[in-house]
Amino acid sequence: MIPLKKIDIFNQLQSEILKLQGFKSASQMALGAGLGVIEKAFPNATFPLGAIHEFISQESEDVAATRGFLAGLLASLMRNDGTAIWISSQRTIFPPALKNFGLSPDRFLFLDLSKERDVLWAMEEALKCAALTTVIGEMREISFTASRRLQLAVEQSKVTGFILRNNAARLGTTACVSRWKVSSLPSEAVDGLPGIGFPQWRVELQRVRNGQPGVWNLQWRKNCLVHISGYDQASSIAYPAKQAG
Amino acid sequence: MDKRFVSIWFRYFATDWFSLRQPELKKRPLVLRMPSHGRMIVTAINAEAERNGLKRGMVLADARALVPALEVLDDEPDKISRVLTKLGEWCIRFTPFVALDSTDGLFFDATGCAHLWGSEEKYLSDIIQKIMARGYSVKAAMADTPGAAWAIARYEKKSGVTPPGQHIDALLPLPPQALRLEQETVERLHKLGLHQIKQFIRLPRTAMRKRFGPPFLQQLDKAIGQEMEMLEPIQPVEPYQERLPCLEPIVTAVSIEMALKQLLEKLCLRLQQEQKGLRTAVLKGYRVDGKIEQISIATSRPSHHVPHLFKLFEIKISSMEPALGIELFVLEAPKVEDHLPQQEKMWEAVGGLNDLRLSELVDRLANKIGADRIHRYLPAEHHWPERSYQSTDSLQKEPDADWRTDVIRPVQLLPSPLRIEVTAPIPDYPPLLFRHNGKVHSIVKADGPERIEQEWWLQQGQHRDYYRVEDEEGHRYWLFRLGHYHEETYTWFLHGYFA
Repeated sequence: MIPLKKIDIFNQLQSEILKLQGFKSASQMALGAGLGVIEKAFPNATFPLGAIHEFISQESEDVAATRGFLAGLLASLMRNDGTAIWISSQRTIFPPALKNFGLSPDRFLFLDLSKERDVLWAMEEALKCAALTTVIGEMREISFTASRRLQLAVEQSKVTGFILRNNAARLGTTACVSRWKVSSLPSEAVDGLPGIGFPQWRVELQRVRNGQPGVWNLQWRKNCLVHISGYDQASSIAYPAKQAG
Repeated sequence: MDKRFVSIWFRYFATDWFSLRQPELKKRPLVLRMPSHGRMIVTAINAEAERNGLKRGMVLADARALVPALEVLDDEPDKISRVLTKLGEWCIRFTPFVALDSTDGLFFDATGCAHLWGSEEKYLSDIIQKIMARGYSVKAAMADTPGAAWAIARYEKKSGVTPPGQHIDALLPLPPQALRLEQETVERLHKLGLHQIKQFIRLPRTAMRKRFGPPFLQQLDKAIGQEMEMLEPIQPVEPYQERLPCLEPIVTAVSIEMALKQLLEKLCLRLQQEQKGLRTAVLKGYRVDGKIEQISIATSRPSHHVPHLFKLFEIKISSMEPALGIELFVLEAPKVEDHLPQQEKMWEAVGGLNDLRLSELVDRLANKIGADRIHRYLPAEHHWPERSYQSTDSLQKEPDADWRTDVIRPVQLLPSPLRIEVTAPIPDYPPLLFRHNGKVHSIVKADGPERIEQEWWLQQGQHRDYYRVEDEEGHRYWLFRLGHYHEETYTWFLHGYFA
């Protein structure tokens, strides 16, 4: 019998541990989240579904960028028949805008709660419901215990949860599988045309369990996320043509 | 045993009901009106109006001419018939068989009931007294057939019992309309000089059939008892209610849960058998000290699923205060709807919005945080951004229109537009820079304007010229200018953030 190399043993053990932790291998999970290069950062090169992801942002502009990136992600997650619940204490998302990202806004339920504690409770309840595809919760702070509770809820139901944290005072450890930060980049003009082009974001995967963190520039183009290596800062203002008469 | 029937005639049922609600109308002439063929027709009158010579079927204007101080109300036939059915249900105390008789009467099958009151006279006078006490003027008669009882109740001067076997004699002096004939037949009988039943009851049947048609003979046979009359009894719906008396007063939450589970199982079994589901349910706990503790739930679609309903109640059990103990539990379902079993699925897939698990989740959430906090939106066909979507409380309702994809809308829309200061070069051009929260944003790229006019039929105001702009840091905003540039009053606003 040929003795296994050390690296092979490591790999084998690693994949067994991943299996125990609930990460499925790429072949089992046919659904790609449409992330392209980013998926390589995750264990087994698969975007983990049935887990909690955390997004952090600081300013209103970043919040919008985060919503945009998330909507792009959800588009491939929800496909046509998925349903989602969006829980927040101060909702700013504009439902009709979701259509621009290929989502059906009528497949969303929006919960507007007054207290963050209720948001957590509602999110945990919703994450236990296997009929949902995804649950999005907006909250400022979350403790490790609370995030652990959410993680335990999704392990049963296989629902994917997203926590959007804006202006968090303390970014402590959480039980989420990943932590993202999205900020907006200048848009890219279409074929040098004036005006605003495709929206672009700088997506930082700050932490990922059993994976490789990284930073990417992404563009939302023709209903999918496209990875771009660099960008040129074309500056132009679309002036409307002076109308005759 | 020979059959006995009681016919009850409410002379002024509709007007009595209105005067019960407004007692001051009792002493005044009152009529109810309803539009018919472009005129207002009197459909019901009260005793006072009848004394003044008014009749049903008159044109309201004529009635007003006769009695200038006439009180007029709109008739509500549906409501009145519901009230009559309710009264019929109440009358089940006199006999198990109560039937409705058009819109102003009731039939009782009183066979074998009267001896409980001592005699038929006492029985009938008790009925009349009890109904009069409820505020309705009433005439009643008891006879061997429903038809005879009907005729005697309406065309004899006084209410009374016709002894068994004598109903034909009692019918003889009555006019032909007492046989519930068509108006046309009655007129023809009068024209022929047949003003009383005794004048034609002994005529040969073949001749009568030839002259007045088979329905006439049928009605006559019904009155004299040659033909059975079919009556449809009122069947009151048994309330969806379960009771659980306890031997020992109950004080702990665990025992309340056990009691609730037992009640739910009984109630849901009945609902399931009748293919119904409850929409609201109330659990009442009767305490030893006489107070009643109650908790209630509501569901978004009819349900008879015990674990789900139990979960809804479970959250609220802690709000029940047993104090010294609860000795009786009553579970009621005031609102029950049809719940037809759906075909079971071959495999359990993520079922989208129709999934039962989703509606159960919504129930649980609504139960705790309130149904008004849960929103689902459908597109509304309005250009004005704030009105471009509408809230719906149904999970299943499909959008009637498509969501718009031809316009780009910001991911985040501010609840109300924020006033900003801008520097804009010339009319119709996007601003060069704007100041927001003390920070100056200089604009690098822009699209627009997209003019959205105010919908004048909904709201007055100025139009908005929207611009999509991007500043030097790559942040994208939705700005608009309210009003025309050349007017002195125009202002700029920030309305949203693009992704």
